[in-house]
Amino acid sequence: MRTFVSLICGTIFGFGLYISGMIDPQKVLGFLDIWAIAEGGWDPSLAFVMGGGLAVATPIFMFAKTRSEAVCGGDMGLPTNKSITPKLVLGGLLFGTGWGLVGYCPGPAISALAFGQTDTILFVVAMVVGMGGARAMRWNG
Amino acid sequence: MENFTPVSALIGGGLIGLASGLYLLLNGRIAGISGILGGILAPSKGDKTLFERLAFIVGLVFGPLILMTGTPLEAQSVVTNSLPVIIVAGLLVGVGTTVGSGCTSGHGICGLSRFSLRSLVATLSFMAAGFVTVLVTRHLMGGL
Repeated sequence: MRTFVSLICGTIFGFGLYISGMIDPQKVLGFLDIWAIAEGGWDPSLAFVMGGGLAVATPIFMFAKTRSEAVCGGDMGLPTNKSITPKLVLGGLLFGTGWGLVGYCPGPAISALAFGQTDTILFVVAMVVGMGGARAMRWNG
Repeated sequence: MENFTPVSALIGGGLIGLASGLYLLLNGRIAGISGILGGILAPSKGDKTLFERLAFIVGLVFGPLILMTGTPLEAQSVVTNSLPVIIVAGLLVGVGTTVGSGCTSGHGICGLSRFSLRSLVATLSFMAAGFVTVLVTRHLMGGL
């Protein structure tokens, strides 16, 4: 049951990335290009994706937080780490740099595999190597 | 602002929020894509969530496949960079999300939905780096 729920949630997430246009790196870069505001070329869509996401997720999260176990069984795996560390900021800066270079973050990169493009596959392979390498070096938070 | 698509952005964002909320409510897990993927690469001992994680990743690819083959909805995913830039960017995203314990979904959607200060700091960090990177590559270097 839990595996089926995961498949459905992943599929809905994939619908969201596709419909919102976030599956297209150019859409993401159009948002990150706040320097184009003056020329009128800025695309605020990503902020609306975040806004729509938070508007729906926040009430569900508030309800979920009141539960001691998940509906399909098992614990509520809510993060307990609250510490603001240099690692957290450094990781964010490294991630943001890669994000700004191509326009892919992990979710859209994986969803875009659906298009079967070589560039996307290469990005995902490099990303997975980076994740595996960082974990092997025990750099993970 | 000719590329601005507020309606589809809100609907798509709402679906992302719905998927994240349901995943926590039903399975008790945070829908952070980098975390889900990282757990597949390096499963901890006794972790029984491998198939759940794989199913989520399969769904991420399945969703767009369903829409592009079964509906008139169209989308594209345009990468304009050279091979070395693609590889470096992929490595940076992989290492950065591992060191920083999350990405746009885990920190940006799930973290902010539970009012986590830690996730807010992470989100501001990657947003700031994204803005600066685009400034440098698009406006100072004229494209990379």
